[in-house]
Amino acid sequence: MRAGFLALGALIGWAEIAMAQPARVVSMNLCTDQLAMLLAAPDQLYSVSYLARDPRASAMTQEAERYVVNHGLAEEIYLMQPDLVIAGAYSTRATVDMLRRLGVPVAVFDPSNSLSDVTARITQMGQVLQRQEAAARMVADFDAGLAALATNIDRAPRAVLYYANGYTSGDNTLAGQILLAAGFANAASEMGYMAGQKLPLEVLALSDPEIVISARPYPGASRSEGILDHPVVQALRADLAGATMTDHDWVCGTPYVLRAIQGLATARKALTGTEQ
Amino acid sequence: MSRLSLLLGLATAGLFVASLLTGPADIGIRESLSALFVGPADPLALVMREIRLPRALLALIIGASLGLAGAAMQGYLRNPLAEPGLVGVSGTAALGAVLAIHTGLSATFALGLPVAALIGALLGVLLVMALAGPRGTSLTLILAGIAVSALAAALMSLVLNLSPNPFAANEIVFWMMGSLADRSMLHVWLALPFTVVGWFLLGTLGRGLDALTLGEDAARAMGIRLSRLRLQLVVGTACVIGAGTAVAGAIGFVGLVVPHILRPLVGAHPSRLLWASALGGAIMLLTADIAVRIILPARDLKLGVLTALVGAPLFLHLILKLRKERI
Amino acid sequence: MRLLSIDRLSVSLRGRDVFRDISFSIGAGELVGLIGPNGSGKTTLMRAALGLIPFDGHSSLAALPENARARHAAWMPQAREIAWPVTVESVVRLGRLPHLTAMQSLGRQDHDRVDDALAQMKLTGMRHRAATRLSGGEQARVLIARALVQDTPLLLADEPVAGLDPAHQIATMDIFAEQAAAGKSLLVSLHDLGLAARHCTRLILLGEGRLVADGPPRDVLTPQRLAQIFGISAWYQQTEQGPVYQPLEVIR
Repeated sequence: MRAGFLALGALIGWAEIAMAQPARVVSMNLCTDQLAMLLAAPDQLYSVSYLARDPRASAMTQEAERYVVNHGLAEEIYLMQPDLVIAGAYSTRATVDMLRRLGVPVAVFDPSNSLSDVTARITQMGQVLQRQEAAARMVADFDAGLAALATNIDRAPRAVLYYANGYTSGDNTLAGQILLAAGFANAASEMGYMAGQKLPLEVLALSDPEIVISARPYPGASRSEGILDHPVVQALRADLAGATMTDHDWVCGTPYVLRAIQGLATARKALTGTEQ
Repeated sequence: MSRLSLLLGLATAGLFVASLLTGPADIGIRESLSALFVGPADPLALVMREIRLPRALLALIIGASLGLAGAAMQGYLRNPLAEPGLVGVSGTAALGAVLAIHTGLSATFALGLPVAALIGALLGVLLVMALAGPRGTSLTLILAGIAVSALAAALMSLVLNLSPNPFAANEIVFWMMGSLADRSMLHVWLALPFTVVGWFLLGTLGRGLDALTLGEDAARAMGIRLSRLRLQLVVGTACVIGAGTAVAGAIGFVGLVVPHILRPLVGAHPSRLLWASALGGAIMLLTADIAVRIILPARDLKLGVLTALVGAPLFLHLILKLRKERI
Repeated sequence: MRLLSIDRLSVSLRGRDVFRDISFSIGAGELVGLIGPNGSGKTTLMRAALGLIPFDGHSSLAALPENARARHAAWMPQAREIAWPVTVESVVRLGRLPHLTAMQSLGRQDHDRVDDALAQMKLTGMRHRAATRLSGGEQARVLIARALVQDTPLLLADEPVAGLDPAHQIATMDIFAEQAAAGKSLLVSLHDLGLAARHCTRLILLGEGRLVADGPPRDVLTPQRLAQIFGISAWYQQTEQGPVYQPLEVIR
């Protein structure tokens, strides 16, 4: 059965095309969507995931309007007849396996957990799209932008990233790296919470951060986000309520991370009152 | 009897303090207890007053409510299998709370949350009483409970899935299993007024429930006004279960396990069982809430998981026992 | 003094008349046996008289408010329901409920009444046993004791001696007779016409949806009525040991 599908794929010629520059690429992950949109040659990218149009998650909603939208379903993606599918490590395993059985080449991208991961993913995207030069330029720009943002800091204010259901991002996450790059110290990591994990409310209280940075709440109510209204969180945010929120620039390892760092650095300056 | 109350009271007090001392933040006993009462509003005081105190208080209050409601319901239905969670009353209360949150009612009007849960619980009790009735067998009671619970869970799922909020859909676990994690004094004040009214209504049922031991006819001939007793039971149960479920989700089996264990110790008197079960319920929930923090500190293990692990085997045992007796 | 007066009492269940226009009254010191074939409405009559089911007509008992009624009449239903494994003594004590206010507990006098009733029904030895573990007959005696403890001028009992052994049947009827002799009155439904004839001061015979006869046993238990209502023949004689009644055979 599987051999049959592979033979069919080979017959149509998709297998060979994958070696050359792919001409009809489908991305099914929010982060690969954005990297692909940034790096693909004109008409090379055919479809991006529906999340790419979600202003809460995507930094490139307008660009995404130009592409067909997919919902990560094997059936719809197969019918798009792509010669390359780009998926995230957390994309549905079953979908990726099914597409591979059907003979569709699938490139899987790991998520970015650090700023160096960002350049690694840009380079990887350049390779799979056969757009190495564009990728190299983007990496150079990114590194230059990062260097420009690196400034001397008198004092790193202690901050905690705190999201729905009491999750935090420690130093070993992209959001944690953004926080560090913007000149903050991560109070959650000081307490030993290094990854993206649950931070008990009382540990948050005892870490006594100067600022609590949260995500903008989604429409509609939920208990999960209700924790951000807890008196303890409210007390910690009292001075800077709503001053700083994570947004779509924080979600993925793309050059937009620079924008996130810049915005946060501005907030830090406002907090410490020093202009550098 | 007085020795039993003393014992239960001491255990409750001890577990209450233990609950105050349990948490992921490593704080010494002396300093944490003193931060509770005196001292500046520093982080330690914040932890004790705004996180641990409400949590321990809610375990106490809701545990007592569940024990009391279970004992009252069993006394009225003269059936040891009756329990607010099993007969679906907690489920309909949770449905009410979910509706209040997702229609925005609770955001515009703070008491909207417990009131909606109370109305949900009220409809649940009435539905179960209509389906199973005081003369109903265990079988009809359990079937009615399954039907009401399933309907409530399905509607709750529907409401949560229709929510534009991506977090909502996963919250069904909380509503069906219950948790006291990250509650605040706000929740205590939301639940307490209705709960106290409910305690009073249920706690004064003793005389009528004792008389009901001999059946409805005998009770009425002893001067018990059954219609009033029924009203008191329904409203009281709705008050305590509605208020508790609104802030902590549906926690099952407490009202089943506690009266079952305490019944022999109070000579099976429905009246004495009421207040003993209230204390017993507080003990069970405080214990469960301490256990979830010790077993899986970082994961917010749901209370209903532990109570079901204890309660479900007992429930099966009771079914077997009743089946043997009624053949 | 009238302890109970029933006037043109009618009950219909699910659109069918159980009986119509029953009238009688009970004075002090009477042991009234309520007899009649299955389905003649003995239980229904007593429950209606107590106001436990809807009826047309008048019952002096049903007209009383709940508390007053509970102090005027005790009721022992036919179903011997004891839901929880409470002790014999606890069950009997329940009979004192109507005499206590909501928060009041049993006093010296209440305890004495309970002890008396336990002794009367020969239950003293098993007072601490769980009532649910007793035999049917023993449970019946516990429930009779419970009704006696209520200490009311009037006692209504539905088949109180069914399931008791002969000794306890006779002993129970004797206790009822003692109560009547002491000025109280009892309305007791019975299937055993022999016991009814021997112990009751008066019989009320129900049948064919009405009150057929009301009077002393020898006037009520005539051969014609027995044939008409029960469809049996019987031997009935006033002997030196009192009235003896023995059903003989089915006529129809």
